[in-house]
Amino acid sequence: MDIEIRVQDTPLDALAETAPVFAGNPAVGGVVSFVGLMRDMNQGDRVSAMTLEHYPGMTEKALAAIVDEAAGRWQLEAVRLVHRVGNIRPQDPIVLVAVASAHRGEAFRACEFIIDFLKTRAPFWKREQTADGQSRWVEARDSDDESAKAWADAKRP
Amino acid sequence: MIRVLYFASLRERLGLGDETLQANPGTVAGLRAALAARGDAWQEVFAGAQRVLVAVNQEMAGEDHALKDGDEVGFFPPVTGG
Repeated sequence: MDIEIRVQDTPLDALAETAPVFAGNPAVGGVVSFVGLMRDMNQGDRVSAMTLEHYPGMTEKALAAIVDEAAGRWQLEAVRLVHRVGNIRPQDPIVLVAVASAHRGEAFRACEFIIDFLKTRAPFWKREQTADGQSRWVEARDSDDESAKAWADAKRP
Repeated sequence: MIRVLYFASLRERLGLGDETLQANPGTVAGLRAALAARGDAWQEVFAGAQRVLVAVNQEMAGEDHALKDGDEVGFFPPVTGG
């Protein structure tokens, strides 16, 4: 299984990162990818910029643990996970999760699993700047906790 | 010695990003109590209602986790990546 995980403060090219996930592997029947992007609105306010902080060392460990868990639950050929840190602007990709497998079921579920767990377990914190110049930390959402919990409760494979 | 790191909004509220404690408070709960005892913002953060997550040696940990000399403890708010 081919795993690549990266945290970077340089721009993320989502399409360029996805192509290598299935290149040269004839066992791959399906590829599913998720791209998370910065929007220009949050909680009713226009947002002009964001800074992503992380816990160097723990971030990579946490992401690797999440991908390992996905690989244990589903049969996968390749996973690529790239996450931005540093300064982000609206429309910039923040995260890419790309999963290749023999069949689409595993790829869809593993991809969703990885992003759902990343949102509750990976040590990143977003600070956003609103258009009027104010700066605030983004609050964690209950819906993210529920999504992660649903994977523990789910009976489907 | 225990190294303690503070991240994101916690770091801003406490005005400190990291420090080294000479004494080992025993457990994560013991460390929390020691930090809260400093009063003011420390008490608000570590004895208050908001959720503060903890990692020991870069893995999520619970209140009963025993601390050893040389451990690294990170305190942070609920995460918001992705």
